Amino acid sequence: MSTSSGAPESWISSFCALLGHEYFAEVSEEFIEDDFNLTGLQTQVAMYKEALEMILDIEPEDDDEEDDDEDEDEEDVSGDARDSLGARAPGERRHHSRIASDNSVIESSAEMLYGLIHQRFICSRAGIQQMSEKYELGHFGVCPRTNCNQTRTLPVGLSDIPGEDTVKLFCPSCLDVYVPPNSRFQTVDGAFFGRTFGGLFLLTFPEFDLSKSATEGVTNLTRTPTDDNSMLNGVYARNVAPGLGPGKIYQPKIYGFKVSEVARSGPRMQWLRNKPTDVTVLDEARHFAADHADSDDDESMSLNSGRAATRRRPQGNARLRQQRQAQNGSPMTVEPANGAESEL
Amino acid sequence: MDDFASESDSDYASYWRDWFISSRGNEYFCEIDEDYLTDRFNLTGLNTEVQYYQYALDLVTDVFDLDCDDEMRETIEKSARHLYGLVHARYIVTTRGLAKMLEKYKKGDFGKCPRVMCHSHPLLPMGLSDVPSTKPVKLYCARCEDIYNPKSSRHAAIDGAYFGTSFHNIIFQVYPALIPAKSAERYVPRVYGFKLHHAAALVRWQNTQRDDMRRRLRKMDVESGFKDGDGEGEGDEDDEVEDDEELGPDDFDAAEVGAIAQATAGTVA
Ligand SMILES: [Zn+2]
Ligand SMILES: [Zn+2]
Repeated sequence: MSTSSGAPESWISSFCALLGHEYFAEVSEEFIEDDFNLTGLQTQVAMYKEALEMILDIEPEDDDEEDDDEDEDEEDVSGDARDSLGARAPGERRHHSRIASDNSVIESSAEMLYGLIHQRFICSRAGIQQMSEKYELGHFGVCPRTNCNQTRTLPVGLSDIPGEDTVKLFCPSCLDVYVPPNSRFQTVDGAFFGRTFGGLFLLTFPEFDLSKSATEGVTNLTRTPTDDNSMLNGVYARNVAPGLGPGKIYQPKIYGFKVSEVARSGPRMQWLRNKPTDVTVLDEARHFAADHADSDDDESMSLNSGRAATRRRPQGNARLRQQRQAQNGSPMTVEPANGAESEL
Repeated sequence: MDDFASESDSDYASYWRDWFISSRGNEYFCEIDEDYLTDRFNLTGLNTEVQYYQYALDLVTDVFDLDCDDEMRETIEKSARHLYGLVHARYIVTTRGLAKMLEKYKKGDFGKCPRVMCHSHPLLPMGLSDVPSTKPVKLYCARCEDIYNPKSSRHAAIDGAYFGTSFHNIIFQVYPALIPAKSAERYVPRVYGFKLHHAAALVRWQNTQRDDMRRRLRKMDVESGFKDGDGEGEGDEDDEVEDDEELGPDDFDAAEVGAIAQATAGTVA
């Protein structure tokens, strides 16, 4: 793959404009020029210096020592990896083809280096901001799961090490990962997005309403005056997997009758799409505190812990409760919610 | 009609149906047998559902002979497609129909599950309603037991009633050997190696749901369909066992780590 030479755009813009590269953010030169951000990448990429220069559109210096060395190597027709990539015709002018073969090596090194820098960039303040703009514009597509109702997804890697797997799409609404619908993304390395970005995005932008479909535009969670905006370790309770739980689980039926769990072909995977009706039961840290400390202070502080909530039940506002899907109740009472009919 | 029966009988070709199932966008449909279509019993009630029912049926069975203008022809053509779809929903739950759809399923004609952990398991078309023109076709994955939207807009526009709400469940009753092994393999989002707290807590809760189900099934001597030991009684990943026992420092601090990383990145970038 060679970028169109002589194009006025920067290497970075043309890389991001390539078909299949729609998920990439344009890493700022400022970020690349800060050596701290590139720590450790030298050893991961062949021809690092040249690759870096290519990314930054810096003209390589002519006639340095390295060039001379390589000329000598080529005299004794070694099995050097660089040579074998060249596959040159015998009569061709050596100097010319050497540059061509080097260029293709540098080009692929530059793509690798850019990808690895990109993995770090999108977890930086500027990078994640840029990705949030792409998210808003719907550049990453929507969840293919019917019950997620076209919510936006985020590109992620299942590994941080290049060459292991291709890019996947993470759906914050069902917390699952999907193969991008277009095969052109199946050549994009997942490590160029990495394992951290998806989760970090949720922690960085807790206000985005994750239940909204891509056609609705990005909106923040709506607030009601009575909403105490309960958080569950950095995430609003209403944003905990809004695509899961009662009413969002597929129920198999034959001629209108539910297929029983005890049937051989009965449902076995509903837990995967289930969620407690009151997500605050998931807040194990609070429950731990509530169970192990009996001081009044504790209880008044942990409004959303199971214990405190049970006591405060009469205070509840039905409308609010429904909105937040966070009904009061102890962890014990939530168990049978599995079979309960949806209230959505 | 009789006049033309001889003509269509002569080479026994199903022109209209051949054309229909090979048209782009109609890959989910199988070919309905002539015998099935000509047995009036199978079409009970459809005459009120389909406009120009008789002409439409004639078209589908290649005995159409009406001298009409293009507009009328297009209306009847549309009716024929609708009729074919409605008969299709009935046909694919017959022995012959199930066998034909099974062949298509094996060939992957309906696409593959987009869920990464389903490892490209083949899908089956399904409807969310048996009432025509209410919900478009969806795709069912028997491995994760969930439904997905077709990738192409051409498929996404097909009426789900042409496949119905029962077919994709009946096929596994008729061919139980087709039921895929269930897997507890799943994705847990991480931030700098730490599990995202709320997601990890939800996973643990879901695991208890799964364990409860497996216990219920074991009591009734019903096979759970999970591979032996897969996710039983503990987290699916070995490292999740620790989390179950104590409040895992593993994911507990993911939010904090994220905040720190943000602060660091902010000073750097
Ligand atoms: Zn989803
Ligand atoms: Zn699946």
